[in-house]
Amino acid sequence: MPHKTFLAFIWPSLLAMILFIAIPIFSVGYQSLFIEHEQIMIQTETCGPFGCTADVSVDGAAMAQLREEQPAGRFNGLGTYTNSSHLAFDEISEIVASSENFGEIRNRIMNLPFYKALIFTIAYTIIVTPLVILLGFVIAVVVNSIPKMLKGPVIFFSLLPMIVTPLVGSLVLFWMIDSRGVIGAALQAIFSDPNLSLKASVTLTWITLFVYGVWHSAPFAFVVFYAGLQTVPQDTLESAMVDGASRWERIRFVTVPYLMPLATFIALMQLMDNFRVFEPIIGFSAAASATSLSYLIYSDLRAAESPLFGSAAATSMLTILGVIILLMPVLRRNWREFNRKA
Amino acid sequence: MNYTLKATVAAAALIASGGGALADCGIETGRVDILGNDFAALRAVTEWAGQCASDTVTVTSNHTEEHKNIQVPALSIDPATYTVAIVATNSVVPLLNADLIRPLDDLVAEHGQQLQESQLIRVDGRIMAIAFMANAQHLYYRESILAENGIEVPTTYEEMLAAAAALREAGVLENPIASNMAPGWNIAAEFVNMYLGTGNDLFVPGTAELNIDNEESLLVLETLREMVSFMDGDWATFDSNTTAPIWEAGENAIAIGWGSRAGEIIGPDASDPDVAADTRFSHALFVGGNTIPGAALWWDGFTIARNISDEDAEASFIAMMNGISPEMMAENAESAVWLIDGYEPTPAAVGVVSNLQNGARPYPMLPFMGLLHTALGDNLAEYLQGSESAEQALADVSAAYRTAATEAGFLN
Repeated sequence: MPHKTFLAFIWPSLLAMILFIAIPIFSVGYQSLFIEHEQIMIQTETCGPFGCTADVSVDGAAMAQLREEQPAGRFNGLGTYTNSSHLAFDEISEIVASSENFGEIRNRIMNLPFYKALIFTIAYTIIVTPLVILLGFVIAVVVNSIPKMLKGPVIFFSLLPMIVTPLVGSLVLFWMIDSRGVIGAALQAIFSDPNLSLKASVTLTWITLFVYGVWHSAPFAFVVFYAGLQTVPQDTLESAMVDGASRWERIRFVTVPYLMPLATFIALMQLMDNFRVFEPIIGFSAAASATSLSYLIYSDLRAAESPLFGSAAATSMLTILGVIILLMPVLRRNWREFNRKA
Repeated sequence: MNYTLKATVAAAALIASGGGALADCGIETGRVDILGNDFAALRAVTEWAGQCASDTVTVTSNHTEEHKNIQVPALSIDPATYTVAIVATNSVVPLLNADLIRPLDDLVAEHGQQLQESQLIRVDGRIMAIAFMANAQHLYYRESILAENGIEVPTTYEEMLAAAAALREAGVLENPIASNMAPGWNIAAEFVNMYLGTGNDLFVPGTAELNIDNEESLLVLETLREMVSFMDGDWATFDSNTTAPIWEAGENAIAIGWGSRAGEIIGPDASDPDVAADTRFSHALFVGGNTIPGAALWWDGFTIARNISDEDAEASFIAMMNGISPEMMAENAESAVWLIDGYEPTPAAVGVVSNLQNGARPYPMLPFMGLLHTALGDNLAEYLQGSESAEQALADVSAAYRTAATEAGFLN
């Protein structure tokens, strides 16, 4: 294709990508370098229904003028990235210097908010992603081999977890695992421990979130694999059968290699999605035991009365960096295959 | 006949609307758009403000729990999306910080004859908001359960814990206590409540420096942890919406809960009338030998946007005066602890009123209080779950607060 034709075809999507992806990311990156102006405080007396107190308050008019002059705030360079809510360089060197052994260093670093969230995010990503691929593949193979009459309803029900809105899905499960809910009460009966609570222990909360993640995403992998299974060459399968390959061997040596590119695709999608895990933490009220990078961003923007835009922006940039690092191996492999073909 | 039918329907609709015919509020023209939180008392207020609507006056209201997050952007533009923002002790602060609400002194002088001095929120001498209801957390208890087991109504946290231990020992209730302990906003509120009850200030007066590195904080944390041990295993997910049904199911005998929820718990719609009839309220508990109720007092009130025309501001003020009129209160006496002239406490108001009488302290209306609230909410759960020490939890709170306050420009 001549370059001119190629350009003519690609420019609308290029434009959209610049407008809706590149510019917002750039603006978030820019914002992350700034913090709020130094607040001009005045001593005041505040009176209300419960009496008067001598307080400080912000001089709103003076601040408004300051913001007018410099709307982005005070330039802080990479200061927000390295503060104790993010990469915490000072805290880490202090921890390394004052700790006695590796275990203590690890525990103290894991207590820093960013690393605490990062560990859960990574754990969620590397545990949920392979399980989703595996489970999706198994469901696809099973559904592919059931009688045609039943296929429609079975496919519909297998897709349900993905059709349900993530927040609704997690809330439904949340109520089921309540100690008064059907799953929570059943577990208490099975283990005859009336104090067993899936919501109380950190480990059990993590497991619950992982299970939810697999439940929610497996249908996606299933649909992709199921579509792929329809295109597996029948003559190769038949010749394998003539050669005496068992069902397992046919899957192992014909189907799986054939579907490998699809697995790569699902892995890419799932790595990206799972690294941004967020809804289940809200749905399961799990913030006591598990926080993710996306949750940190949410918390910066929503929890306080005055949102911390710089902090949220820095975490966003670090999340993007994390996704890039995570996808590097998969992308490199694709790139090599692409080059080999070309 | 058709005409009479229509007239009858119209008359019936007017009677059903509660306030009778549309009140003539004396507004000529103007726009009244109200933004506020979503609960029964505020709905009553805006409904009455809505009676001022006429051919020349529009009144709309948006009740949402998201009000805190949309109020600043909505009032920043000119003209502001909302002319009235209903706020509470904490949510007025961002509006003050950003200079988005107007002083009300003139309007109060002209149209505010019904207001009492205590309703006026003055910042730096100027009236910035009009309060109309009070709220606070306090003790809920089951009278018969305590009486049958020979337990006095607790007045201190120590007595409450002893009572809980006795009830568990006697096999009456496995988890006698309930309280809103979900990490985030709720648990921070519990800490602030009890800490104020120790008589200490959260900040070094006149500065944004924290003042929680002390014995009192440790006492508060220890007490919270002991409370948790008498609570259901799912306590880490408890907020008002979760604890209310558990209380109504009769699974607890003692709870710390919001005054604004008390009406529902003992009201005619409660799911178990026996529990409702047996529920009593008392002031928030004392802690550590002090006699200050461990509860922050909150007010709810309204503010008028700065970026609107004077005409709209006047219309909004008059409409809100109708919204918080004694007539509105007469109709909704059970819905809140009103600060309006002529208020007589109802059975549901006992707890908050008793807090007031015992000298509970207001929630700090400081520009950096929200940052501390967030830092507390994010960092206390691990201590309560037993995975870190109280000292470490306080150090984490301080670090989180310091970082946030530096970024927000309150600390250097």
